[in-house]
Amino acid sequence: MSKGGRLAVVLVAFLVVAGLVVFGVAQLLVPGVPGGVVNFTDTQAAGQPVHLTVQTVGSIGFGNHPTWVSYLVKNPHTGKWDHDTSWELPANTVIDMTVYQYDSGSPLRNQEWGQVQGTIGRDATLNGKSFKVYDSYTGNGVGHTFAIPALNLSVPMVGVAGNPCAVAPCHFNSPHNIETFSFKTPGPGSYNWQCFVPCALGYLFGNGGAMSTQNYMGGELEVVAS
Amino acid sequence: MAPETTQGETNHFRRIVYIWIALSVVADLLFWFLVGPHVPPGRMTSSAQGDQLDFNILFVIGLPVLIGVWEWLAYAAFNWNAKKKDAPESVGGPKAWGNKRTEVSWIIVTSVVVVCLACFGIVELVVLQGAGGGEGPNPIWYPHGAIQAETAALAGTGTWSPNSNDVLPVQVIAQQWKFTYRYPTFGGFESPELILPDDTSIAFNVTSLDVIHSFWAYQLEVKADANPLENNVAFTRTQQLGNFVVRCSELCGLWHGAMFNYGTVVSQAAFEKWATATEAANAANTKDLPPFEWTYVPDANGAAGGYYPDGNVTPYSPVEIYGAKQPS
Amino acid sequence: MTISAERPTEVNDMGDGPPDFIAQPKLRRHGLLGQHLGTAIIGGFLGYILGHWLGNYIASGYPYIANSGQNSIAVLLALALMVLGWLIGIGALNYPFAKMLGREAKGEVEYQGWTRYFRYNLDHKVVGIQYVVGVLVFFFTGGLLAMAIRTELLNPTVHVFSADTYIKIVSEHGTIMMMMASSVVVGPLGNYFVPLMIGARRMAFPRIEAFSFWIFSAGYLVIFSALFFGGFPTGWTGYAPLQTQAGPGMISYLFGFAIISIGMMAAGFNLAVTIINYRAPGMTWSRVPIFVWSIIATAALLTLASPVLLAAGLFGILDKTVQTAFYVTEHGGSSYLWENLFWFFGHPEVYIMALPGFGIVGEILPVFARKPLFAYRIAAAGMIGVALLSFFVWQHHLFQSGINPDMRPLFMLTTELISIPTGFIFLVGMGTLYKARIRYEVPMLFCMAVYFNFLIGGVSGVFLSDVPVNVTVHGGFFVLSHFHYTIMGGLIFAFFAGLYFWLPKMTGKKMNKKLGLWHFWTMFVFFNLTFFPMFIIGLLGQPRRVFTYAKNLQTLNDFSSISAFLLGASFLIFVANIMWSQFISPEKSPANPWDSLGLEWQTAMPIPIYNFERIPVIMTDPYHYSEPGAPALADFGQATMAASASPPSSSTSADQ
Repeated sequence: MSKGGRLAVVLVAFLVVAGLVVFGVAQLLVPGVPGGVVNFTDTQAAGQPVHLTVQTVGSIGFGNHPTWVSYLVKNPHTGKWDHDTSWELPANTVIDMTVYQYDSGSPLRNQEWGQVQGTIGRDATLNGKSFKVYDSYTGNGVGHTFAIPALNLSVPMVGVAGNPCAVAPCHFNSPHNIETFSFKTPGPGSYNWQCFVPCALGYLFGNGGAMSTQNYMGGELEVVAS
Repeated sequence: MAPETTQGETNHFRRIVYIWIALSVVADLLFWFLVGPHVPPGRMTSSAQGDQLDFNILFVIGLPVLIGVWEWLAYAAFNWNAKKKDAPESVGGPKAWGNKRTEVSWIIVTSVVVVCLACFGIVELVVLQGAGGGEGPNPIWYPHGAIQAETAALAGTGTWSPNSNDVLPVQVIAQQWKFTYRYPTFGGFESPELILPDDTSIAFNVTSLDVIHSFWAYQLEVKADANPLENNVAFTRTQQLGNFVVRCSELCGLWHGAMFNYGTVVSQAAFEKWATATEAANAANTKDLPPFEWTYVPDANGAAGGYYPDGNVTPYSPVEIYGAKQPS
Repeated sequence: MTISAERPTEVNDMGDGPPDFIAQPKLRRHGLLGQHLGTAIIGGFLGYILGHWLGNYIASGYPYIANSGQNSIAVLLALALMVLGWLIGIGALNYPFAKMLGREAKGEVEYQGWTRYFRYNLDHKVVGIQYVVGVLVFFFTGGLLAMAIRTELLNPTVHVFSADTYIKIVSEHGTIMMMMASSVVVGPLGNYFVPLMIGARRMAFPRIEAFSFWIFSAGYLVIFSALFFGGFPTGWTGYAPLQTQAGPGMISYLFGFAIISIGMMAAGFNLAVTIINYRAPGMTWSRVPIFVWSIIATAALLTLASPVLLAAGLFGILDKTVQTAFYVTEHGGSSYLWENLFWFFGHPEVYIMALPGFGIVGEILPVFARKPLFAYRIAAAGMIGVALLSFFVWQHHLFQSGINPDMRPLFMLTTELISIPTGFIFLVGMGTLYKARIRYEVPMLFCMAVYFNFLIGGVSGVFLSDVPVNVTVHGGFFVLSHFHYTIMGGLIFAFFAGLYFWLPKMTGKKMNKKLGLWHFWTMFVFFNLTFFPMFIIGLLGQPRRVFTYAKNLQTLNDFSSISAFLLGASFLIFVANIMWSQFISPEKSPANPWDSLGLEWQTAMPIPIYNFERIPVIMTDPYHYSEPGAPALADFGQATMAASASPPSSSTSADQ
């Protein structure tokens, strides 16, 4: 084969390999915000509190891991429940958060997370009644927590009795608890949030699986300047 | 390389040595006076200051080593180049195979330097009472009064007050993915904030509730791995006011990179005020926490994060749990 | 005639050419017939499917598997049967199976033609070339992952990858690179040149040698498969109990390490036996080339340290699949057990990586300095000393982990002591360069870079061994920079030195000098620009394996990332060089382009399958440069003597 021919073969082979690699990389590697970002910055006028509604379910029922617990968020534009844990919020704004908790609960590994921390007023409401501390060894225990470690925010989500809803999104006819609280976003940045109840079934210490995969029990708050 | 040269031939070896001495002295002095006092992480604690000294001594000894080899390589590149017009005839033959004096001197000098450095390091470890590193559950270098303070803390009788020169025990609980802190001398309340008093010896008791983490208080120069069911004790003495950052330095899962918090060293009076106020504010929750212990066993139950959660809340295990008070 | 029969080492009495049985191999296989990489892939694929099905059949009912929705047992069986199928497919198990059934192994053939590089070939030279390709594939995979890491670290708040993907990338990068680095010199250059350097016709165990390559490549597939199983979150150190908590991707890591460690044991054992038993007559230990000394020291470490990794990996697999509790403290095991087993292997492992680099540098320096190796005995003693001491220092990875505090001064001392034999290589190098006539060819430049880089790496190691300083620098970017300087700056640069030096012998074609110079300078400059700032980043408090960091460190991180991208690009120059000079426009190389006195350069070109027509009788060591009247290296019989020391002026044209 002539020199030019050999050069052509090598170049083509290189492009094919490079193409395969890029393709493989694009398939395997999940981007920074796996489901895209749900944008809350344009839901209210600047300076007004932003409403953020989420639900927690015992098993999501669809997708790659149907048995995994998960959070879902109510998209403010479509009104639908999105399987997305990355939310874009305006900076220095009060966020009024509502959580529909559909999952059962249990005693906390660290009862420290039974205290409401970092919210405005240092309390939250549970089905309308205000509380500051929840003893997870009473009642149905705590199902999940919503915590933003960088802001020292943590609110326990009280568990429900009865059969938890098995396929998300869940509706009011399933047993649930409603909790509300408010907090203020800091300056622009990216802040992760997580749950502190290690409830990943089948994993040692319960922190594998859904707890260790974005879009299930943890995500990011992308706080942008408004 | 005992220089065996004829009259008039440049004595390369001597030349290299003179240049080396000059460069090393200048570089060492520049480093010691200009850079040394600013070597991170600063002087907020006794271990940080001791580490700074250690680092500077090692650097001052290492710099001539670096300069020596680099100079040799550069000299070789310019002077012993085959392309150089008046390159010396290479020294082949038996003289080039080795030189007993050089070899023996090298071995002796490197051995002496290395052993001295090791001894220096050991001395620093002892003098700095463990130098802020985790010493496991039975530390052998500790500040005066540490053992009494720790024993009292476990028994629930420990106290700390300003100007008492007591050792302050602080428990660091690592869990995926946040550090929380318990103060046994203030009723054992737990807090996500780390506030410390100035001019006090602190005993950090680091443990984990799940996987291996590592408590690294950067400006305090304290690093101790957090292992489940192990108490890893590290000591330091605060000596400056200011903020510091705590980062997890052992990969512990998804949010390892986000596992950090800030802390502050405040005056002793301010610390007592904060501690007693927080103790009061958290009292409702503290009574639900388990009694203060060095290590905690996670509940053997289901979804609370037992060993292998299976979704069913099984009857509680009788061993020490980290959850809430056991129901009767 | 099969290779299994003992091949006589003396030639026929007439002395007129190669022995008959070698000149006319009885069987030939061509093209797609016989067993080759294609059948290995088919075998692996079938094994994978069988294993996966079997695992699901057995274990999908187990509570923890049903709850989590991920079946680690299926993954384990799939990977295990995949490796078995791969080995059966390539023909690695033909001989053992035949012998177990009490039959003659009739299938072994002498392969010819280009397809022999894709087969289970018992010629150590073919295995060496296979390893070159294998090692480069590993290296570039790991390198791409490194580019991904540096991309993520460009900004502390804007995240290119999600946090779980980032951890996956970091862990995969580290593991692939460490697996590659443990064989990067021993595999290609050790297997190719050790028999040539000691005057042997073959390795002691050719089948084990070929097996080590094919299991090495199976290990790559296993480790790479982690990305398809959700990755593993522990970094290459795999600390328990995070490994027990992780998903099925962790099985790829544990099983991959088990596979690679079997390959390491095989390669090391084979090399050690070959070097001890197959040296040509007259090659006493004081005439053994320094590269061979480094390989035998490395082989000792490979053979003795790898079993510990295998055991540790096995315990981890048991913990994950059948819920034993070796590493789970609450059930009676200990998280410290993995740490200690891993680092007991892990420290000799890094000397497995460092020693061959020293050997290459010691071998190449005299050729281009035209001077004998200074203090040869000290160099050899240093290799042995490092190998011995490397078993006594592992706790320095665990200073802050809560080990018995009495241990810390002891391990500080042993770690400081190991820097003494490590320093011998600098004595030897500096002495060899003294008053030499240095020719700055590309391999020589890489060797000088090894000295430059390993010096920084080694001195930073002294900082790490000092326990008070260790409190700041452990677990952060300082230690990261230290090991990149020693492993990449030392070993990988030495590997490229060896590759540029020996490729003309391996393939008969010269590498392009201009492209080589470009490759060297870009790689050297950008390597240092990438990793030197990381010392400072580490001192300023950034831990390892994090996706976010303090804002004031962004400038340094960006500087490091951009340099890393350029470093990655420099390897494209290398790839272009290989492609150009080996495939597109090859130029034939003379038999001894560098004018080396080494025994491996005295063979014919191309090297015949039997290496030497007659086993030479060695008369002296290969370092008599610039020594008029020096004795000849070896006697090849028929009044043929290997070239003795030639003055530089009469060297061949290749070096100008």
